[in-house]
Amino acid sequence: MKEINKNKLKQISYNCKQATFLIEKKLIGKITLREYFSLKFHLAGCSVCRIFLKQSLMINRMVKNLFHSSEPSDLTLDDHFKKNLQERIEQYLNRK
Amino acid sequence: MQTHKYQIVQLGKAILNPQLWVKNYADYLYSYAYTRLNDDELARDLVQETFLAALEKTEKFEGRSSERTWLIAILKNKVIDVYRKKSSGLGNNFEKMLTDTDQLTFFDKQDGHWKVEYQPKAFGLEEYDLLGKKELSNILQKCLKKLPGLWLAVFTMKHMDDLASEAICSQLNVTDSNFWVIMHRTKVNLRACLQKNWI
Repeated sequence: MKEINKNKLKQISYNCKQATFLIEKKLIGKITLREYFSLKFHLAGCSVCRIFLKQSLMINRMVKNLFHSSEPSDLTLDDHFKKNLQERIEQYLNRK
Repeated sequence: MQTHKYQIVQLGKAILNPQLWVKNYADYLYSYAYTRLNDDELARDLVQETFLAALEKTEKFEGRSSERTWLIAILKNKVIDVYRKKSSGLGNNFEKMLTDTDQLTFFDKQDGHWKVEYQPKAFGLEEYDLLGKKELSNILQKCLKKLPGLWLAVFTMKHMDDLASEAICSQLNVTDSNFWVIMHRTKVNLRACLQKNWI
């Protein structure tokens, strides 16, 4: 009986797959109180998942920065493409 | 209707000036589409389609938003259409795709532990140092490129566009539980890819 309880506890507190799932859910949504405590308990004892949490947050910020950065993007169209595009627009405007 | 070469359509406060669209917005729209689709050809097509669609509906422009916001809104819908086509094209394969990648998981099947070779390791620098690193963001872009189309769609709509999860689910026809599975898998994969290419 004692063994079962121990295993069950182990399952909840040391399951990194479940913990990382809850981390993602917590970062962008809501988790239940029970989930919150089981995650907290897990993180207290699992340094690997603590690294995951830190890096997951960083990735979220980086992804946001990818597009919202104020620096001019180095993703640009070539002049040839733009010239064609400009011509098509002019054609349209003149036809109207 | 008489028009001039440098026609300015003025409606309300904001002004449409199609003559200058390419000069002012083409690169912006392109980078918007490219970061969300990771497909050069497709991104170019969508920029062109956006301008042409916008020309068709200049009358509908109410001037309540800026020209740029208006153009982005048109492009955004086109991007979502692409996502939708991709996800419906997957059809029944979608469930299969989720279970297939399960085989390659980072976690032990029995107890859900990290497999030793996949355990997250510190990247070696403090986070605020890493954020500004151009190399790291280049690696991130390459890693995003490797994601299945639907994952990229769900992930970018959430993290770049800040859309509500429910809206993403309904626009892409994804169930709530699959949404979370995708978010989780995407992050675990992305993080692993960063680590593999960074350290």
